[in-house]
Amino acid sequence: MLSIKNLNVAINGKQILKDFNLEIKAGEVHAIMGPNGTGKSTLASTLAGRAEYEILSGEVTFKGKNLLEWSPDERAREGVFLAFQYPVEIPGVSVTNFMKAAVNAKRKHYGLDPIEAKDFLKLMKEKMDLVEIKKEMTSRSLNEGFSGGEKKRNEIFQMAMLDPTLCILDETDSGLDIDALRIVANGVNKLKNKDRGFLIITHYQRLLNYIVPDVVHVMFGGRIVKSGGKELALKLEEQGYDWIKEENSELINQ
Amino acid sequence: MAENDKIIDEVTTNDYKYGFVTNIEQEFALKGLTEDTVRFISAKKNEPEWLLDWRLKAFSTWLKMEQPQWQNVHFPKIDFQSIIYYAAQKKKKKIESLDDVDPEIRATYDKLGIPIQEQKILAGVAVDYVMDSESVITTFRESLKEKGIVFCSISEAVKEYPGLVQQYLGTVVPARDNYYSALNSAVFSDGSFVYIPKGVRCPMELSTYFRINAENTGQFERTLIIADEGSYVSYLEGCTAPMRDENQLHAAVVELITHDNAEIKYSTVQNWYPGNKEGIGGIYNFVTKRGLCKGANSKISWTQVETGSAITWKYPSCILKGDNSIGEFYSVAVTNNYQQADTGTKMIHIGKNTRSRIVSKGISAGKSNNSYRGLVQIHKTADNAYNSSQCDSLLIGDKCGAHTFPYLEIKNKSGKVEHEATTSKIGEDLLFYCNQRGLSNEEAVSMIINGYCKEVFKQLPMEFAVEAQKLLSISLEGSVG
Ligand SMILES: Nc1ncnc2c1ncn2[C@@H]1O[C@H](COP(=O)(O)OP(=O)(O)OP(=O)(O)O)[C@@H](O)[C@H]1O
Ligand SMILES: [Mg+2]
Repeated sequence: MLSIKNLNVAINGKQILKDFNLEIKAGEVHAIMGPNGTGKSTLASTLAGRAEYEILSGEVTFKGKNLLEWSPDERAREGVFLAFQYPVEIPGVSVTNFMKAAVNAKRKHYGLDPIEAKDFLKLMKEKMDLVEIKKEMTSRSLNEGFSGGEKKRNEIFQMAMLDPTLCILDETDSGLDIDALRIVANGVNKLKNKDRGFLIITHYQRLLNYIVPDVVHVMFGGRIVKSGGKELALKLEEQGYDWIKEENSELINQ
Repeated sequence: MAENDKIIDEVTTNDYKYGFVTNIEQEFALKGLTEDTVRFISAKKNEPEWLLDWRLKAFSTWLKMEQPQWQNVHFPKIDFQSIIYYAAQKKKKKIESLDDVDPEIRATYDKLGIPIQEQKILAGVAVDYVMDSESVITTFRESLKEKGIVFCSISEAVKEYPGLVQQYLGTVVPARDNYYSALNSAVFSDGSFVYIPKGVRCPMELSTYFRINAENTGQFERTLIIADEGSYVSYLEGCTAPMRDENQLHAAVVELITHDNAEIKYSTVQNWYPGNKEGIGGIYNFVTKRGLCKGANSKISWTQVETGSAITWKYPSCILKGDNSIGEFYSVAVTNNYQQADTGTKMIHIGKNTRSRIVSKGISAGKSNNSYRGLVQIHKTADNAYNSSQCDSLLIGDKCGAHTFPYLEIKNKSGKVEHEATTSKIGEDLLFYCNQRGLSNEEAVSMIINGYCKEVFKQLPMEFAVEAQKLLSISLEGSVG
């Protein structure tokens, strides 16, 4: 479903992603871990199409098509969803109105009429239950005055609403309390299906207790230096990144 | 009482003493405007002697005045010789049929969703333009008359209700108030007149939507609205027909008066032609709007959505003379390309327990300049006066400017004033977030703007709010890459 080949990406003239490779098949859950500043968010933003990120070389195909040709909004309508590490606030725009616009933008893209009010409300209700969001939250301005954890939960709610094909979660677990973490993880688990792929960026093994990944990747210096099963996450949690650094000193120093 | 009147006199005539300073150079041509022009207008309208005298007095006042120079707007390229002061003599390309209308105008109407018939009216295509709009008003008039409500053009009012007109005309905005009010008083061509009798709640929104456009010649309108004791009226002024033309001066005067327990809600959606993307052409919209809360417990509320005009300067204001009276000002001012706006309000607290609220939302895009200028004045007599002001600026791109000039004058210690101001930007982050949810840049900007202006749109009647939203989206089209 998603195939990244030898991707090199720079921001402000500084190269961040280096010969990055990753393959995600439909139905798979991939976790990416790695120290701060290694390029995890850069990867997420690049996939979502953020303009500041300059593609130096490489290929990204999504559902068999060249993802890099599409504008950010086209990518979104085609099914790429990014749960932001730092969601923004939009004063005066309620969660409900924002979602209605987003849902309809996608429907329009597929030649459908705007969603009927009652269908929309039903959809909202269903997805709110999924991540246990209270109704009053949806009439508030998007993310304005939301707590850190509420913002993250709201991201997953939006993800559920928009029915994406590729879900990228950038540190969605950071800032969540234990209950919220469980709720969000449950939500994600319920969204898992055979057509959908997940790319979960996290610093903590904890999340992966709830959302069991098919593959765990370790990112270092702008590339994946090690991939393995769930136990890799455990090892990282116990031992940190030093051993990865040593194992890959050659690559990192080049 | 005498003291109060003195204050009113002061506040209505000393407009330019409040530190409004700027350094523009301009020349103003009086060519084509003489005493004879004034006499000609008056004669053409068959006006009574007193009104001609009133005009002539205004004219001589105007001759002695200097054009104001304090606004934060610049208009280097104006050839004042080419501005035609008497609207009826305005040179305007005659549009014979709908096919002659600039395709861009038609596209705008299409986007506005205004039906073709109305398009014709708005574009001033047909000769029956005036008649059409008159008949709209007349329809209103008959059903309103039953309740004693007067709603007609000011020229008709002069004939049919001379007493009322003479009693109130120029009492809130005297001719000598400022340069353009003097000019308007001398040459005003037409405008609306509304009188709501005691205890009557006007059952429908009164609107000048068509008529202002109908008046091919409506550059100097004069509007006078009187709400007698315990009455209520909501009045809508829509200037939503873009005029394709050279720079044109539009200097209107609007006066509102509320007696005890009366309320006037005045809403404007202004979309005069703003000039093209290079800043050529467009309307100079220099308007004086002022309301007098004359009676106790009365209320005047201004709501404006300003999207058009090359240059806008206007300060819909409230003089809160009656005890417990309330003044409100809700404003959205959008500037794009090379537009300039210097707008805001004045809240003059004279009576006891008077309250005012200001919500101003400025939006600047392109290379435009947007200034908020507000004066809150609490006089000695105004015990326990209260004002709250919220002035927000939103920038789209980095070539535009936003400025805030709040002025405070508090002469009564019991007064309370709260002022809040913010400046924000539609940054990459916000746009990207919306893009990531599938919204195009245009959809995103439109949504963000509507959210930002929500507090003001809430004040507008439903259909007007919808129209205002669309207008905003249209006027900001292409403002992000
Ligand atoms: N606008 C920018 N200009 C210059 N460098 C940037 C810019 N944005 C990001 N970077 C740099 O790119 C590198 C990768 O950043 P990125 O946000 O992708 O890291 P990350 O792996 O997500 O880190 P974290 O775990 O802290 O979220 C960092 O060194 C960062 O400082
Ligand atoms: Mg990050």
